[in-house]
Amino acid sequence: MDTLEVHNLSVKVEDKLILKDLNFSLKEGASHILFGPNGSGKTTLIGTLMGLPGYEVVSGKILFDGVDITEKSIDERAKMGMIVSFQNPPEITGVKLGDLLKLCLGKTASDEFSPEESAQIEEFRLTNFLHRDVNLGFSGGERKRSEILQLIFLKPKLLLLDEPDSGVDVESLRMIAIAIQKYVEKTGSSALLITHKGDILDYIKALYGCILLKGQFHCFKDPLRIYEEIKKLGYEECVACRIRTREGWKVE
Amino acid sequence: MSKPTDLTKIPHKILEEAKQAGLETEEKNRSATFVHLDQQTIASKVNELYEGKLELLDIKVALKKYPWLEDYRWKLVDKDKDEYTKKVAEDYSGGYFMRIFKGAEIAFPLQSCMLISKQNLEQRVHNIIIAEEDSKAHIITSCVQHSNVPQAAHLGISEIYVKKGALLNFTMIHQWGENTFVRPRSATQIDDNATFISNYVCMRPVRDTQMYPAAYCNGENSRVIFNSIVYGHKNSLLDLGSKAVLTGKGSKAEMVSRAITRDGSKMIIRGLIDGDNSDCKGHLECQGLIFDDISFMQSIPELIARKKGVEITHEAAVGKISEKEITYLMTRKLSREQAVSLIIRGFMDVSILGLPDALNKEIKKIVDAAAGAE
Repeated sequence: MDTLEVHNLSVKVEDKLILKDLNFSLKEGASHILFGPNGSGKTTLIGTLMGLPGYEVVSGKILFDGVDITEKSIDERAKMGMIVSFQNPPEITGVKLGDLLKLCLGKTASDEFSPEESAQIEEFRLTNFLHRDVNLGFSGGERKRSEILQLIFLKPKLLLLDEPDSGVDVESLRMIAIAIQKYVEKTGSSALLITHKGDILDYIKALYGCILLKGQFHCFKDPLRIYEEIKKLGYEECVACRIRTREGWKVE
Repeated sequence: MSKPTDLTKIPHKILEEAKQAGLETEEKNRSATFVHLDQQTIASKVNELYEGKLELLDIKVALKKYPWLEDYRWKLVDKDKDEYTKKVAEDYSGGYFMRIFKGAEIAFPLQSCMLISKQNLEQRVHNIIIAEEDSKAHIITSCVQHSNVPQAAHLGISEIYVKKGALLNFTMIHQWGENTFVRPRSATQIDDNATFISNYVCMRPVRDTQMYPAAYCNGENSRVIFNSIVYGHKNSLLDLGSKAVLTGKGSKAEMVSRAITRDGSKMIIRGLIDGDNSDCKGHLECQGLIFDDISFMQSIPELIARKKGVEITHEAAVGKISEKEITYLMTRKLSREQAVSLIIRGFMDVSILGLPDALNKEIKKIVDAAAGAE
């Protein structure tokens, strides 16, 4: 079954058409990798799926677990199990990371973390950040670790990961990627991961990859092969190749 | 030396309101308690554990007992400054005299409470605090008007002396009424290596408050910190500010304001740092949020340099609550209302006040209760 279905989706940002008539679906219990150069519409796609402001759906619809969510609010989508990790999360003055993590777990600020939760926070090397303002003065790696831990605490059915590997040190990348893979495997949830780099594919098992270029999908196939070809030929050449498939993912 | 506390004289309802503003009636976690109800001091008592470390008297009693106290009265605040100082100079009903003895470190805060329970009352008080050399103390003062009282005024003079090496943390919580007219006039002198932290918290509506406490950093390496957390709503008129004059070598001033204005509230946040020593530093920070088109917020930072080594900076931002922050929290399953409320409570972050843990928790409760009530 497909977790997410997108039909004829076109999206404008500030009156400019960014996504053009996209059709695709995400399979249940599988990870999907989305490649694409800067400005190709990747973040727009994730923002649109999540219902963030600034992305105007001009046509098409989005189904999540068979329900049309095109008009639903961000928190409704989140409560249905769609959770995003941001590439550039905002700093929030005075809101402590510890309190936010408790909210993610469905706890209130006066509740304590369970020993397992505390261990997980420690594993993410965020124990010393619990009393700090969310993202204020966090390094790239700290922000990403915080994003992924929040996401895991929110127990998503569908993970939308916007470049979890950008601006991250090698150690943090490994840690984040293993945690994502473990969560996906354990829960049978689906993931859509945006990346520029292939390193994360050492840890995340994904059968489905594709390229988003100029607002359109190209080349649905094994992400490792796509990555190799992009490295060899570049995006433009890669999508122009003759063996491309534009119909959708098929396991090779 | 100390009068027994008689908190039973306080009408029950206003006592409850005073508790909400920080008054601890069991006095277990306080080193001293002072209560002035309308025009009478009804409690001035030092917790027996702290006898000999500090002194707390009604100012009129203290002036009789210590003739030298005249040297501290009307010395920092000019009695002819304005009509309000003149009125208090003419006639006043009391106030507190707090003295923290030399070298004493007071773990529990001293508390004072100014209460108004009578209609049309103009409460006039004069307070003097002396933190003697190398002493350390926290003071929490709650100002409350009984919610049944439609109209009243409070004029309060406070003169604070922080002597060599002393640390004084002074937290004031205003919980006046929607029709209270409030004019505090206060000033502090800070000697060598001494630190004065002044915290101001106002979460409830008020008719009209105007205050501009001054700090004179005369001492070498003297330091002043002014923090304020202000929530202006229901047509409150709040003209708040602070002034630091840096004359001491190595003196420092810091001012941090977090202000929210909504529901027709008008707010002016002023800050003046006057650098008058070639080795002095200051920083002023004001963040303001406005929620609607009928409210008003103005930030007026003023930086003065009188010597070439002066280093004073400021940051100020006023505007709407960040949509990016709201939507971020909504992606964490919070509704828009929950997200806004969390941002407001975070914005009014009491951890900026530098209080000890227990007191920090108490003040956080007061702030969260008011911010969450909207």
